[in-house]
Amino acid sequence: MNPITGKAHVYGDNIDTDRIIPGKYTKTLDVSQLAEHVLEDLDPEFRHRVQAGDILVAGENFGAGSSREQAPLAIKSAGISVVVARSFARIFYRNAINIGLPVVEVSDHAIENEHLVEVDLENGTVTDKDTGQTYRATQMPEVMVNILNEGGLVHYLRKYGQL
Amino acid sequence: MSGYTFAEKALARAAGVSSARAGDILDVRPDLMFSHDNSAAIRRIFLEMGAKKIARPDRIAITFDHAVPAPTTKHAQNHAEIREWVKEQGIAHLFEVGRGICHQVISEEVLILPGETILGADSHSTHFGWLGAFGAGVGRTEMAALWATGELWMRVPDSMRIALTGTLTPGVTAKDVSLRILGNYGVEGGIYASVEFAGDTISTLSLDQRAVLPNMMAEFGAKNAYLPPDKAVFDYLDARRTRDYTPLYPDPDAVYAHDYTIDVSQLEPQIALPNQPDNVVNLSEALGEPIQQAFIGTCTNGRLEDIQAAAEVLRGHKVRCRLVVIPASSEVYLAATRAGYIETLIEAGAAIATPGCGPCMGNHLGVPAPNEATISSANRNFKGRMGTPDAPVYLASPYVVAASAVAGKIADPREVLPLSR
Repeated sequence: MNPITGKAHVYGDNIDTDRIIPGKYTKTLDVSQLAEHVLEDLDPEFRHRVQAGDILVAGENFGAGSSREQAPLAIKSAGISVVVARSFARIFYRNAINIGLPVVEVSDHAIENEHLVEVDLENGTVTDKDTGQTYRATQMPEVMVNILNEGGLVHYLRKYGQL
Repeated sequence: MSGYTFAEKALARAAGVSSARAGDILDVRPDLMFSHDNSAAIRRIFLEMGAKKIARPDRIAITFDHAVPAPTTKHAQNHAEIREWVKEQGIAHLFEVGRGICHQVISEEVLILPGETILGADSHSTHFGWLGAFGAGVGRTEMAALWATGELWMRVPDSMRIALTGTLTPGVTAKDVSLRILGNYGVEGGIYASVEFAGDTISTLSLDQRAVLPNMMAEFGAKNAYLPPDKAVFDYLDARRTRDYTPLYPDPDAVYAHDYTIDVSQLEPQIALPNQPDNVVNLSEALGEPIQQAFIGTCTNGRLEDIQAAAEVLRGHKVRCRLVVIPASSEVYLAATRAGYIETLIEAGAAIATPGCGPCMGNHLGVPAPNEATISSANRNFKGRMGTPDAPVYLASPYVVAASAVAGKIADPREVLPLSR
């Protein structure tokens, strides 16, 4: 997997799933609507500002709360290439991998808004290109790396699941 | 070598291996897998995987609870699709509109037992720790994978011990304890952990109260939560169960990443201020805040004892703001009706609705207008949670919610309750 480079959108700690995608928008089976409302109650301008390939950066416990898979789906369908956070809520973390949205945990970082960031999933590093600072990512279990490499759990099971 | 935690024992059992340690990756075969209104979406992912037949339909439960009775044609279509699917796949357990909230219904039907593992497509699946089971939430794609294969990889979490000591004073409940835990250690305090409760307080709590603790640990970031089951739990289960079980207890020398002790005997009623469940203060610091709506219900606090608490507070009073009460299940609703609590609540001015999740996540049945404040017995008060970002939500026990409904502002139930309590 080639390194991903993109512009950072930086937010704080404990960004919950209701702020990622409010529950009132999750009752449709049409996922194309999700990007329209991503992070709406946190930053109403985000969806206008975000460009394909950008990187979402956050603090502790990103994705807290609901098990709604529409949260990583909304982020992915808005064009975000990877989410970097100090820590993730566990269901969000698994959901993201399962729908093929890369997520990277770096226990500490000082990445600032609009900095250019490079994420090397293969080598487990995150680099702030504006400051030159490189951060080491937490090692992901092998099974997760395999699922992510296939583009998510659906594709992974289609290939290996013998269903 | 040190002893084993509950999580290590439970996941080793569910994976069919002799032992496991925190950090191990296991293929877990849950004893029950459940989902709710999201089952139509899960079905689509299941088909996308190329799967045809559900692997273990006898171990699958589906409950209609998130939007019931169907508020729109779209929701109704969604429900219809699920009913058809249940028939086609021979899914063993379907709970219809009106039966109640998944966690409560599965507990009442005793589809899960101590020491067993249950995975649900709902974040509050930590709930089943009340009876000593390993309960964890998964996403839709993982539930589709569980339908297809009957198993799922899981990492054995580190465990944290929370010892509760002492006896709660009247008007103070397990909800207040849960909020205090969040207040003390933060919403990220239990992130990814198996939160294992201990201490002499647990056996003093009714079963309705016990369920609140593991349920609320979802807000703590926990993977699962656990209370050691005792005779009260066994008696409840023995009257209803259809299979045998072996309860699991952590070893006395198990190793915990954190070990906390909380003396609950001095605890006052607690309240979470907007917009995060760990924004918790003593109720006395929030008294007098005006509210426009009060809500009692949800998987956290919609059981019989919660409705009883509301009835005790409301008896002989009229509400000064809107009060919505939604029993967590039809069993709760019926028992509350027979006990006269529903009559008391209606006389006080409450609106009662069909068992289900109600307005908890902003769907229907009592969503606030912008700038209207709600006090709720639910579990989450994230910004926008109840449908609009401008509506502040306070979280508290049913006692506090009911007392606040009487006052039209945040109030202390101990001032309303009969002094004999």
